[in-house]
Order: sequence, then structure tokens, then C-alpha cells
Amino acid sequence: MSTAAQTTAAAVRPISRSVRLRRSPLGRVLTKVPFWLLILVIAVYALFPFYWALRSAITPDSQLFNTPVQYFPSHPTWAHFHDALSSSLFRRALLNSTIVAGSVTLLSLAIGSLSAYALGRFRFRGKSFVLYLMLSMTIFPQIAILGALYTMFSGFHIVGPIDFPKLYDTPWALVFSYMIFTLPFTIWVLTSFMRALPGDLEEAAYVDGATPLQVFWKVLLPLIAPGLVTTGLLAFISAWNEYLYAVSFLQSPSHYTVPVAIVSFTGSSGNAFQFPWGTVMAATIVVTLPLIVATLVLQRRILAGLTAGAVKG
Amino acid sequence: MSSVATPAPIPPRGRRTKLQRRQTRLGWLLLLPALAVVAFVAIYPLGKTVYQSFTNQEFLAGLTPTKWVGLHNYHALFHDTIFRDAIVLTLKFTAITVGFEFVLGLIIALVVNSSFKGRGLMRAVMLVPWAIPTVVAAKMWQWMLDDTYGVVNDLGTRIHFTLFGWHFHLLSHSHAWIADPSTQLASVSAVDIWKTTPFVALLLLAGLQVIPNDLYEAASVDGASKLQQFWRITLPLLRPAILVTLIFRTLDALRVFDVFSVFFGNRLGAQSMAVYDQGAIVQDGHVGYGAAVSVAIFLIISLFVVMYVTFVRVSEQ
Repeated sequence: MSTAAQTTAAAVRPISRSVRLRRSPLGRVLTKVPFWLLILVIAVYALFPFYWALRSAITPDSQLFNTPVQYFPSHPTWAHFHDALSSSLFRRALLNSTIVAGSVTLLSLAIGSLSAYALGRFRFRGKSFVLYLMLSMTIFPQIAILGALYTMFSGFHIVGPIDFPKLYDTPWALVFSYMIFTLPFTIWVLTSFMRALPGDLEEAAYVDGATPLQVFWKVLLPLIAPGLVTTGLLAFISAWNEYLYAVSFLQSPSHYTVPVAIVSFTGSSGNAFQFPWGTVMAATIVVTLPLIVATLVLQRRILAGLTAGAVKG
Repeated sequence: MSSVATPAPIPPRGRRTKLQRRQTRLGWLLLLPALAVVAFVAIYPLGKTVYQSFTNQEFLAGLTPTKWVGLHNYHALFHDTIFRDAIVLTLKFTAITVGFEFVLGLIIALVVNSSFKGRGLMRAVMLVPWAIPTVVAAKMWQWMLDDTYGVVNDLGTRIHFTLFGWHFHLLSHSHAWIADPSTQLASVSAVDIWKTTPFVALLLLAGLQVIPNDLYEAASVDGASKLQQFWRITLPLLRPAILVTLIFRTLDALRVFDVFSVFFGNRLGAQSMAVYDQGAIVQDGHVGYGAAVSVAIFLIISLFVVMYVTFVRVSEQ
């Protein structure tokens, strides 16, 4: 009985197979295989280094510095994370970076939104000059003023009793110098947000007797809140990631920011013969995790901000 | 008040100028903090750099008193073969990375532009390499490229295939990618390409998404092949996004510092322009000479800006 049914089915199958394949859900999936394969390759390319950092962070040293290389650690351990987080250098660096990047972000947003208000809502002579000045600042090469800032930060006399404070080897040297790349960008993007707002609300507020500053504070600023989040995050990320100025203007390890600390990391378990790669990878995971979470949560806004900055720029 | 002297022909216009004057005053007042910051953080230091480049200033002043040396630094710079090597290496790095990032980024953008389940997630995944510090990316890759325990060497020597009876390994033996001068450029470029390609793809993707779909529909009704559609519709309409992306990437690549510094430190023959300059100023303390190098880098980068701008102007006519 069953054998007869099987033979007839086998006889029928060759004729209808190709048609059935294309129409069946399975067939539709199969024709998409190359496409999904490409997607997979892109995803693996983007994510593999993170996987590798993670696997190196949880692989014990005895396996980490051994060949053949193990792709999945058989005895995962938190030792490297413990090692990284118990390092006072690294903990200080996390704090320093938070202070520096946080201050830079707040200052840029405060100064930048005032400027964006003027540039986006007012009409006056010299406005386009300022806009172009800010635009040209966004492509300003930081290396071009490294030496000048370096000597400025060792303190100098301005006029009368006023001296420029000695900022060398303090976080304020970074807060000050990072404004060169966060502020122009912030102004540029926030101006485009300000411009996009309709004029009615503003006019209604003026009719009700509000001053321009009240309009700015109570009407416009809440409306561009999404723009503030986007530009704030971008400013924070670029300040958090900066290395050239940080490695040039800081000297004492207790003032290091995260990138400088990671480069100069030796860890407590490191010995003279082997660089503590496991601990460094644990540190990189700790540093990148908040950034990854922030980008995943705010990806739409980041993209909007970046394309506003780049396409209009 | 004094403006009353000038006859106002139509009253409303007079009112507008009064409003305008108020706006101008308030506008500049609001811009004051930003302008002060820019003046202090960018314009003054730039002027100072130019001035310093004509002096023999040392960071540890007092050893040699700073004095005006005219064009001496520039003269020395002209004969500085180490800086010349740094320029060449940086230009090579720029050409390689911008080229790869553009081609790979365009392919990725085209793939991700077609609608599929999980596209949002894919875009998020692509942002991740861009968001992490370059120094961290460099450290990750430095470990992956390790000559003994690195995954690149392990995969390379493990993967093998047989073709016409010949046995091939992707790599015949482990290689010191970073230490070997012949692969040093490839290894730094790999990091930059990995970190930046997804970002380039996202910028191009933003450009792709504003191309109206009916253009493609009309083209396929007229019998245009996918390839023709790409050359005739996608590329021309994507042009503004492509140009902006290329300009920003080129300027970024020319001032590269982080990856080179992490991989090679100040190793001779493996310095980018910025690494050489930073070494001259901070490590060696030659502020005057370093300032001349800075001015040279500034001019080289400006040259690229001018080239791009003229290219855009000329090709738009």
C-alpha cells in the first residue's frame, strides 16, 4: 500500500518539482539565499571583532596564550573584567572621560543653541558669514593647532592682571580644546532644526508679550529637544573617543581619559613577558558597551543628525 | 534715533528696519559666546601656529631663547625626508581607505536599501563600529592581527582548499602583519576600512532613500535592465551624497592619527603626517619646527578642499 503510493509520488515528482519549488514557500526562501548570505557576511564583518574581543575577555590566560586558537572558550571566566575594573587607572579614566565629555556636551549645547537661535530665527547682516565660518570650522584639522594649544596651556599673560590659566595636564585643557570640533557641528545641526520650526508659535508668544529670551527658553528649546538629544549624543561620542589632544595635553596617569588609559594599559596581572590582552579586551568591552546601547536605542536620531550634518554640510 | 534723519519713504519699511536693528543687536549678542570660543580655540591658535613656525621655539623654553628665524623651518622642512615619507604614506593610506570604503559602502548601501525584515536592526548594527573609539578599534585589531595568538593568522593558516590537485593555504605561515613594513599599510587600512565602511554605507543609504521609486518603475516599464538603471538613475541621482561622503572621508583620512599611533607609535617609515607632527611637538618639544609641519599639513588639506570644490563647480556647469 504505502510502497505503491511512494512509487507513484516518485514518478510524478520530476515533472512538477521545479514549478513547485518556485511556488512553494521553501522555494521563495531559496531564491533569496544569495541576498541573505550577503546580509550575513556584512553583519559578521561588522560584528566579528566585537565577538573576538568578548571571547578574549572571558578566555582564561592559559587558553588565551596558547595555540591552536580556541574560538569558543571552554572555561569562561570573569577574571579579566575583574582585573580591568579593579584597576584604579581604568576607573579614574572612566570618571575623567565622563567629566570631560559631559562638560563639553553641556557647554556646546548651551552655547550652540543660543547661536542656533540667532542663526535660525533672526535676519541680520553677517549671518551667512557666521554660518560659513562655522561650516569651515567643522573641517578644521585639529593637528594644525596642536603646538599652539600646547604652548597656550602652559599658561601665558594676556593683558594687565589677566593671565591665561595653566591648563596643561588638567581635564579643562581637553574641555577647552574639544569645543573646536563639537561647537561648530552643534551650531550647524541645531540651526537646521531651528529653521525647520514654523513661525506661528513664536509670533503667538510675542503677541502675548514674551521677550525673545522667553520665546527661546519656553517655546523653541522644548521644540528642538530631539535635536538637542541627537547633537548632544554626537558631541559626547566624539569627545569620549578623542585621542590626539588627550595624549598630548595629559601627563599624569590619574588624569588620563579612556582612550589614553587603554593604550597605556598594563593591568595588574600583566607580566613583563606577556601583554595583558585579556584585560585590555575586557576594558574595551566595558568602554564600548554604553556606546553600543546608546547607538542602538537612538540610532534613528543619530542617523538623522549625521545626515543633516553631512548632506547639508 | 539718528536713523530718523534719513527719510523713511514708507512707514512699514521704517518699522521693519527698527525691528531689524533690534534683531541684529540681539543676534550678535546671542552669537557672542560661540564667536568668543571659536576665536580663542581656533583662530587665535591658528595665528599663533603660523607665528611659531617662523621661530625656533622649544617647549622647554629657557634652554634656547625663542627668536625669529624667518623661513629656516620651512627650508628644513623642504629637505626633511621623514616628513616626505609621512606625506607619501598618508596619501597612500587616504587613497586605499577612501577607495575601499566607497566601493564596499556603496555595495552595502544598495543591499540594505532593498526592503527586508530586520533592516532597522541591520542599520543599527552598521552604526556600532562607527560609535566606538578609534583607539579601541585599533586595540581590537592589533590583538586580532597578533603574530602568535591572533585570529587572522589562525584562520588564514587553517583555511585551505585543493584546486587541480594543488593544495592551497590562505596563508602558508603566521605573519607579523603590524611589524612587517610590507604589510603595515594594509593592517592600518584594514582597521580604518572596518570602522568607517558601515558609516559611509549609511551616508550613501540616506542618499539612496530620497531617490523616488517611480523612476525605477518607469525605467523597467521601458525595458531598462537593472544594470542600466544603476548607471542611469542611481549613480547620477546619488552624486551629491557621493561627493559629500568622499570629501569628508578624504579630509578625515588625511589627518589620521589614532590608528597609526596605536599600531606603530613613532616608528620610522610608519608615521602619518599627524603622527610625525605630534612627535615633533610633544615628544621632542620642537614647537617652532612642529608649527611649520602643522602649517604644511593645513596647506595640504586645504589643497584637497580647493580641488574638490573646483571639481564640483566645474562638473556642475
